[in-house]
Amino acid sequence: MPLLQCKNLTVGYDTHAVVSDLNFEVCRGDYLCIIGENGAGKSTLLRTLLHLQPPLGGQIQYGDGLRARQIGYLPQQTAAQKDFPATVYEVVLSGCLGGIGHRFFFGKAERRRVEDMLARLDITHLCDRCFRELSGGQQQRVLLARALCTEGKLLLLDEPTAGLDPMATQNFYDIIEKLNADGRAVIMITHDMKAAVRYASHILHIGGKQLFFGRTADYLNTARGRAFTAANGGQDDV
Amino acid sequence: MFDQLSLYLAQPFVQYALIAGVLIALCAALLGVTLVLRRYSFIGDSLSHVAFCAMTVASVLHLLTDFALILPVTMLASVLLLGKGRRAKIKGDAALAMLSVGSLAVGYLIINRFSSSANISADVCGTLFGTTSILTLKPYDVWICVGMSILCILVFVFLYNRIFAVTFDETFAAATGTRVSLIQIGLALIIAAVISLSTHLVGSLLTSALIIFPALSVMRVFKSFRAVVVASAVVSVLCAAGGILASILLSTPVGSTIVAADILVFFGFCLAGRLVRGNT
Repeated sequence: MPLLQCKNLTVGYDTHAVVSDLNFEVCRGDYLCIIGENGAGKSTLLRTLLHLQPPLGGQIQYGDGLRARQIGYLPQQTAAQKDFPATVYEVVLSGCLGGIGHRFFFGKAERRRVEDMLARLDITHLCDRCFRELSGGQQQRVLLARALCTEGKLLLLDEPTAGLDPMATQNFYDIIEKLNADGRAVIMITHDMKAAVRYASHILHIGGKQLFFGRTADYLNTARGRAFTAANGGQDDV
Repeated sequence: MFDQLSLYLAQPFVQYALIAGVLIALCAALLGVTLVLRRYSFIGDSLSHVAFCAMTVASVLHLLTDFALILPVTMLASVLLLGKGRRAKIKGDAALAMLSVGSLAVGYLIINRFSSSANISADVCGTLFGTTSILTLKPYDVWICVGMSILCILVFVFLYNRIFAVTFDETFAAATGTRVSLIQIGLALIIAAVISLSTHLVGSLLTSALIIFPALSVMRVFKSFRAVVVASAVVSVLCAAGGILASILLSTPVGSTIVAADILVFFGFCLAGRLVRGNT
């Protein structure tokens, strides 16, 4: 059973549909890249998958033990976070909030989980550092650790390498590849076609409607796939 | 000087002023941290002007408890501005500025045209700058302050983790199942309550200063959210107590003296922050 399955899903705001009739699924161990031009509806789709806004039509089904609030989400950074006084530990701990239900405070289990994730992403030494003083790549690792605290079966990454230098970008992709190899499913929104072609097992290309969904190799055999890759490939995220 | 101080401290009106001032400063500082970090620094100012406007209407209508009008009006404005979080930001700073200046002007217009008081400019000065009002508190006012701050502290302690999550990253908090709008509306209501109480007792100038200065000061030095919350409460309490005592000894206006103390502390923290960063 897939972790996430969308049937005839239409997303948009109020009554205005941005993308309609999406049919795709994500199974354990899949690495799905969602691609498309700016304004194609990638962010709207993502907000809908996270239940931040209701779908205009169709269904989103979760399975394989995954619940809607357990998606490990790595959002784009907000301007307010640039000068936010918070330690790495505090930021990562906030990822456990979904798991404590109606309790007010974190317990030992949550603290241990945070230490696990810090160790796994190799940032234990940054634990007491201030989030705003870290480099872009370190900040993304911290936010990824926070995302892993939710449950971690499905990671949803929103242009995770935007604004990172090439070195940090490569490190980040390596981490995601490792997490994916451990059996986590990954959904990544990206403009970086080189990375999409290299890492993704599946591609979802959207632009008003579903233009393609399937295996990456099959995508590269379509005329649209070749054209889009050629137009966006060879360039890093702009 | 100490004789003079102990003489004053024996007076009930000085004790009331100290208790109420310190408690209001404490609540304002706690709430100020989330407001400043969510980029809503100016909302304290706007809301205190809304409270000022409601206060003038209440005084013209000769309401027995003007608080019955000020509180709901300020709460309504607060929920409209803050309750929707990031999405409400579309309204932008222009709307905030209009609300702030507009309610100030309308408030003054009302007090000027309809007030039966003999000394209008003293009234305006009092409501805006809290010239004397904090020194004329009744035990009843002090008890309201005590209740308000207990509520405020309890909310902050029990919802601390959720307040942090919502302040740091609203979208992530919502995606992981935190009921963001509930927390935002709850905070907006408490902010409105503290602001209307504070405007009522100490004037609107002091209210907006008490909200932003402590948080902005300690953010220069402290690097964790917990430290910022605790330190801004401590700094705010010390500034308020120091300011009230200084104003009594030097016979300066209470509100502006407290704000002056806050400004001095702000520059102190700026300097300290620079030294700390210089050393590392």
